[in-house]
Amino acid sequence: MSAKPARAKRVGMEVSIAVSHAVQLARAEAIAAYPITPQTHIVEHLASMVANGELEASYVNVESEHSAMSACIGMSASGARTYTATSSQGLALMNEILFIASAMRFPIVMTVANRALSGPLSIWNDHSDIMAARDIGWIQVFVENGQESFDHSIMAFKIAENPQVLLPTIVNLDGFILSHVVEALEMLDQGAVDKFLPAYSPRHRLDPRNPVTMGAFAMPEIYTEVKMKHQVTLTNSYEHIVKVWEEWGKLTGRAYKPVEQFMTKGAKILLLTMGCLSEVAQIAVEEMRAAGLPVGLLKLRMWRPFPFEDLRKAVGDAELLIVCDRALSLGGPGGPVMSEVRSAFYPLAQRPNILGYIVGLGGRDVAPQAYKDIVAKAKAEMEQGPSQEFSLYGVRG
Amino acid sequence: MKPLEQNTWQDIELGGLLREPGSARQYRTGDWRSQHPVWTKSRCIRCGVCWTVCPEPAIVEEPGGYFDMDPNYCKGCGTCARECVTGCIAMVPEEE
Repeated sequence: MSAKPARAKRVGMEVSIAVSHAVQLARAEAIAAYPITPQTHIVEHLASMVANGELEASYVNVESEHSAMSACIGMSASGARTYTATSSQGLALMNEILFIASAMRFPIVMTVANRALSGPLSIWNDHSDIMAARDIGWIQVFVENGQESFDHSIMAFKIAENPQVLLPTIVNLDGFILSHVVEALEMLDQGAVDKFLPAYSPRHRLDPRNPVTMGAFAMPEIYTEVKMKHQVTLTNSYEHIVKVWEEWGKLTGRAYKPVEQFMTKGAKILLLTMGCLSEVAQIAVEEMRAAGLPVGLLKLRMWRPFPFEDLRKAVGDAELLIVCDRALSLGGPGGPVMSEVRSAFYPLAQRPNILGYIVGLGGRDVAPQAYKDIVAKAKAEMEQGPSQEFSLYGVRG
Repeated sequence: MKPLEQNTWQDIELGGLLREPGSARQYRTGDWRSQHPVWTKSRCIRCGVCWTVCPEPAIVEEPGGYFDMDPNYCKGCGTCARECVTGCIAMVPEEE
């Protein structure tokens, strides 16, 4: 924590409010949003900032999330720094527009306060909303606490607006478990943020003096090439994301990596988690280590682009990798993260055994004991030879 | 502008932008057609309704104020024949 800016302020704050302050400090110029639990506090607070003259931005009230994302595309096309937030059904309702935002390369930043998808109706946390939007072509990161929520909400603009990137970016934070808790966190002052994040200068925008066609259709002769360009751009955004995270590290003392490691040295068994599951998993790993079990933890922060090499390196020569998903691909291979992790290791001659456990669906609490149970079960499964593709931890019956 | 099939992925403009106006002209829809309009000039009052309702700009005005189709773009939808005030347009099947 050597290069910490002198004026960083440590405050206690609800994480949603901290995110709205991050968006204010990032000087968002255009916001269109529709309230949905558990994201509402973020845009509600931003609306009041705009109304009170604390944030100079256009705030567009819309009748749905479909319209929110459509309006965001229009505002981003006009060259404005654009922000929105949503959850669950809201993200699902945006779905068709999400693909268009990324294909048209508009650097919109969106917070998704992750929440289960209906049905049955659940307002509580899991990752089924974002996993259903996995292939939208946006940059997607996960955060695990309030400080990370604040930090990544500012960094997302710098990543998205990089002229080499120009892709919309989602910061995933767990609904309620993160969005509604009060945490101690360090805010940056406006001067430090302004220095870190200069004004957005769009490479293309709606301008009558320089007319262009945006959103034209593509014939079969050209659609594949357009997709390839998007694929390469999203894959190559990796280096720019990492650079921004490193720069933030120098500024604040808080550096971030695509795959974070916790007590992985000498670990034969690795747990892999995303979002705020990681905080609790750390407690469990510490306790298991103290009890002599060679267990470590990997936290997958960068989801798109998928950090193949970082993950392979972080797993090293561990024998067993247990992926804890917070979503279920019904009728499929189990958890979407587990299935991608398995794909990442399949081409390697030497790879760990990979087991999938689904936890925390629809707001079910995941306590440290869960990880101890999962490690014990996974070990037993390996001794008998893996019997199932994946398990739903804690399911009754 | 290069023909579409000669563009590589590296040639694609940011976000699929098109900087050249009117590039859709390169895409000729005339080969979609299974029938085409034929005007009977003796009944045509040169009102221009056919020209107005054509969903593509595929009807052209000829010297003398009569109309004909542009074979490169007419899809043979028949809107002109249906809307013609005097019924002077007949849709005739394309020859094999």
